[in-house]
Amino acid sequence: MIAFLIKRTVQAVIVMFFISLLSFSIQDQLGDPLREMVGQSVSEAEREALRDELGLNDPFLEQYLRFAGKALQGDLGTSYFFKEPALDVILRKLPATLELVFGATIIIMCISIPMGVYSAINPRSWISNAIMGLSIVGISIPVFLTAIFSIYLFSIELGWLPSFGRGETQHVFGSWHTGYASADGLRHLVLPCVSLASIMLPLFIRLIRSEMMEILQSEYIKFAWAKGLKRRRIWFLHALKNTMLPVITVGGVQIGTMVAYTILTETVFQWPGMGFMFLEAVNRVDTPLLVAFLIVVGAIFVVTNTLVDLLYGLVNPTVKLAGKA
Amino acid sequence: MEDISITASDQPSRLQEFRRSPIYHSFVGSKVAMVSFAVFALFVVLALLAPVIAPYDPYDLATLDIMDSEIPPAWQDGGESRFSLGTDAQGRDMWSTILYGTRISLMIGLCAVLLQAFLGIVIGLAAGYFGGAVDSLLMRIADIQLSFSTLMVAIVVLAVFQASFGAERYSELALPMLILVIGMAEWPQYARTVRAKVLAEKHKEYVDAARVMGFGPLRIMIRHILPNSLSPILVISTVQIANAIISEASLSFLGLGMPVARPSLGSLISSGFEYIFSGSWWITTIPALVLICLVLVMNLLGDWLRDVLNPKLYKG
Repeated sequence: MIAFLIKRTVQAVIVMFFISLLSFSIQDQLGDPLREMVGQSVSEAEREALRDELGLNDPFLEQYLRFAGKALQGDLGTSYFFKEPALDVILRKLPATLELVFGATIIIMCISIPMGVYSAINPRSWISNAIMGLSIVGISIPVFLTAIFSIYLFSIELGWLPSFGRGETQHVFGSWHTGYASADGLRHLVLPCVSLASIMLPLFIRLIRSEMMEILQSEYIKFAWAKGLKRRRIWFLHALKNTMLPVITVGGVQIGTMVAYTILTETVFQWPGMGFMFLEAVNRVDTPLLVAFLIVVGAIFVVTNTLVDLLYGLVNPTVKLAGKA
Repeated sequence: MEDISITASDQPSRLQEFRRSPIYHSFVGSKVAMVSFAVFALFVVLALLAPVIAPYDPYDLATLDIMDSEIPPAWQDGGESRFSLGTDAQGRDMWSTILYGTRISLMIGLCAVLLQAFLGIVIGLAAGYFGGAVDSLLMRIADIQLSFSTLMVAIVVLAVFQASFGAERYSELALPMLILVIGMAEWPQYARTVRAKVLAEKHKEYVDAARVMGFGPLRIMIRHILPNSLSPILVISTVQIANAIISEASLSFLGLGMPVARPSLGSLISSGFEYIFSGSWWITTIPALVLICLVLVMNLLGDWLRDVLNPKLYKG
């Protein structure tokens, strides 16, 4: 286990190293920091002097090491637009995005597990067929269209739910304001969370169903039947437990994917989170903020994947944490 | 498509062989598969013939008249028979623009998947056949690549390109860039499947026989092992085309894909989004329905193919 842990951590560090190298070369290529700092009137000689002073003429490696050293201390540069540390900007936007992901995850779990299990237990019933049919339609609708249609129906036509923003939020601590504490905040959360959930929901229903069906065919379940165990006990205790194993792995990977989909959801709903900020930063060519976003999102991906792998190794003893794991 | 008359010959032709195959029987027996295939074929034909069928050329700015903008579809009040599906905010005929948009979306989807398949097959064959260090390195890279969502990678790459080229120059390069980015991001899907298949086939007798006959690894891989790995590749491809089309639409929706002047379905939806609030629903809704329909039939076909080619599991 220790060896596995070390191996995974080393790999995570290597991947983070490449992400930071990549981000840094983007920063190096994109835009000239001098142009942002000084006006047009500064002479070429003065620019060159300033360049030397800022270390912009140093070799690439030296500049990268300086960048990495600062990054390790939490300094990812200063946003051109917000005129404050990029990391602070991101951390301020992060809670809004996390609340969105959290809400969507709850929806996915509450719907996909019962539906997946039901359609695995009764594969030929018409309800299962309907669930499967709907799930393939769900997969085929891009997340931004779900968002647009739900706005059109629930905000414009029916006027039940608000179509943009977070509404009323309450301060929790630090930069974290939550929308879960008030009715207005919750109302604002419904449509974005449902839209975000809509893209993952069919995937999970199908995954749970196919895993569960496979497991229901396995020897130990047959043995459990032969032993005369109660149906519920077999389904919900013995089968479901093993069904959830691969679901955890996929789920972990999908959390990263959800961050990507938050960009789409946040754009449609003008949700003041990280994804919306990222697109604005792209339009403003706010390089330090872009780079900081890349590093933060890269870190989220790497950390969740590593954690999921470790968790999987813990709950599934058959993964013999060997070289391939 | 399958009803082309059979050439008279003693030997069973390929077509006859195909008609006896389980795929054909399952295809004829499955209404969903037949309808999906017909709809997909219709899309392909419409996309190919877009310049011939389309009543207007949406790329030709000279034919546009701003007075024609936001005309509703012909069946609604205020609609005109000239524009059967109405016009968008620039006065472009929706029907023509959708035809051309479908053409671009399909082209990006197909080309991106071809690129994915090519990379994935080459890497998968190499990893599976050579094994050892090559295998573990390539599969490690595949794992890492898969752990980052395609959409995320594509958004970041395209955003950086757009920022460094400037929007003007970028709009000219959007088409190849989209194909490249979507194509590069998903090769591990193919590589993993092909590798698994190669590992299963590698120790069979026909491969040993080929080796004894002195064929080189390249020939064995391409002529002997690859043809036996085709059915999973086919299944992945249909689903991947659907995914690529969705990815392209999402990127275009974010303004990182096709420019409004040469819209794909995604950029059409995006450009209509701001007008949905003022009641011009058709600019967004009609291309959206076309997109959903296109992706849906691809997914249905993929599902059906998987069931046919992998009868072990009943995954409805």
